[in-house]
Amino acid sequence: MRRKITISELVAAAEQRGCPIWQVVLEREERLQGTERQDIWHKMKEYWMVMKGSLDAGTKPGNRSLSGLVGEEGALLTRYIEKTKPLSGYGSVLAAARAMGVAVVNASQGRIVAAPTAGSCGILPAVLATVAEETGAVEDAVVGALFTAAGVGMVIDEHAGTAGAKSGCQAECGSASCMAAVAAAEMAGGTPRQAANAGALALKNFLGLVCDPVAGLVEIPCVKRNAIGAGVALLAADMALAGIESKIPLDEVIQAMKEIGDAMPASLKETSLAGLAGTPTAREIEKRMNEID
Amino acid sequence: MPARSVFEIIGPVMIGPSSSHTAGAVRIGSIARAVLGEDFRRAEITFYGSFAKTYKGHGTDRALVAGLLGMSGDDSRIRDALNIASTLGLEIRFRIAAEGEEFHPNTADIELTGVSGKRVFLRGSSVGGGNVLITRINQYEVSVCAKSPTLMVEHVDRPGVIGRVAGVLGNNGINIAEMRLTGSNREGEKLMVIEMDRAVSDEVLETITGLPDVTAVIRI
Repeated sequence: MRRKITISELVAAAEQRGCPIWQVVLEREERLQGTERQDIWHKMKEYWMVMKGSLDAGTKPGNRSLSGLVGEEGALLTRYIEKTKPLSGYGSVLAAARAMGVAVVNASQGRIVAAPTAGSCGILPAVLATVAEETGAVEDAVVGALFTAAGVGMVIDEHAGTAGAKSGCQAECGSASCMAAVAAAEMAGGTPRQAANAGALALKNFLGLVCDPVAGLVEIPCVKRNAIGAGVALLAADMALAGIESKIPLDEVIQAMKEIGDAMPASLKETSLAGLAGTPTAREIEKRMNEID
Repeated sequence: MPARSVFEIIGPVMIGPSSSHTAGAVRIGSIARAVLGEDFRRAEITFYGSFAKTYKGHGTDRALVAGLLGMSGDDSRIRDALNIASTLGLEIRFRIAAEGEEFHPNTADIELTGVSGKRVFLRGSSVGGGNVLITRINQYEVSVCAKSPTLMVEHVDRPGVIGRVAGVLGNNGINIAEMRLTGSNREGEKLMVIEMDRAVSDEVLETITGLPDVTAVIRI
């Protein structure tokens, strides 16, 4: 049986060799799968192409989910920053718009890449596309960043899990935001240690977040949690790049997430029995959805 | 279970909104299509549990029909499947099961009528991550996940049938991973469910269909 890896091991390996985290992750994948490095790289690049397709589709006006509950949020926000100087910074708002766009593509039965799940699929592509533009990174740098994000996601998956039904939204949007923060910090030139700090800073803000989808659909609040997850990832990356450290290391934050997930009642784990799903407005929406024919 | 590959974290490429409502439903539809073994002209679909509650918002109806039409789980046409079916003149009806009929929350019954008038019944559940469990095929209670190539051989319950079927597979170098037998309420009638390490060719399928006491063969 293969031993579980940790973030500190990934960081130590990268530091020791003076390479980015993504290289450690890529080489590990090569060993585990017994597949050629270029094939693994090529597959990840194809996934990035699908992500780009979902980013493009997401910000078009006229989008609408199958239920009609969500749709044009990404387009609205994009239009807003074309005319107004946003309070939270252009990059953050652009990433938030893109994240919602991809999440709506998912909710309208479009083609996406789960990252780590379908419900949280907007955060990582939105953050990476935005950071690539801000830093002038080439496409291969984004593909590398996807390996870094995947490595972080694997650690989370091994130690805590990434399913909302098991650990709440902290494990879905929280994991995605954490993965995106690490990848963003590394792409922007941060050290492996800074990148790990970015992940810890992001994930700490999702601890305890429950999975409470209105009417059982991957729409409310999921689409907007993708937006804010993207914003948190960028802010966490900036904080880490400025030299701020998370006093609690990422491995321990992940362990805390698992314990919180285990303690979370079933009514707040994708069952739509409580939380936002149990509010009067949510019940009203649910009733309306059942009446549609 | 821990992730074994980076592509279990970044990936799969999929059609939203969730693997259990899209990929799983497409899979149930495509298995029903395989069980019928010909194009269908009529489908009656009954949803249970959370499928019944959320099938419109999740597009489970479209995904199931996409599978019946032969699409795969990452086909971008899934969201248009109902329109495509109606353009083809296919008759499709959806029903919500009465409360009290409780199976796995994501369960659907499918009754298909083929172009030749042949009719089949299938009950399947989407059990997460795009995986499915088929629990009924026609009059047989089964437990088929169809992760590996699967053959279902309906036969008359007489000595020697199983040996003959296994012989044909063995002679063609196909290894049987698992085999189960299930009876129906009609006497003397049984179904072999055979999971294999690789799929059978049309030729092998034909040979098995022609064996004495074999009444029907389904390949998934």
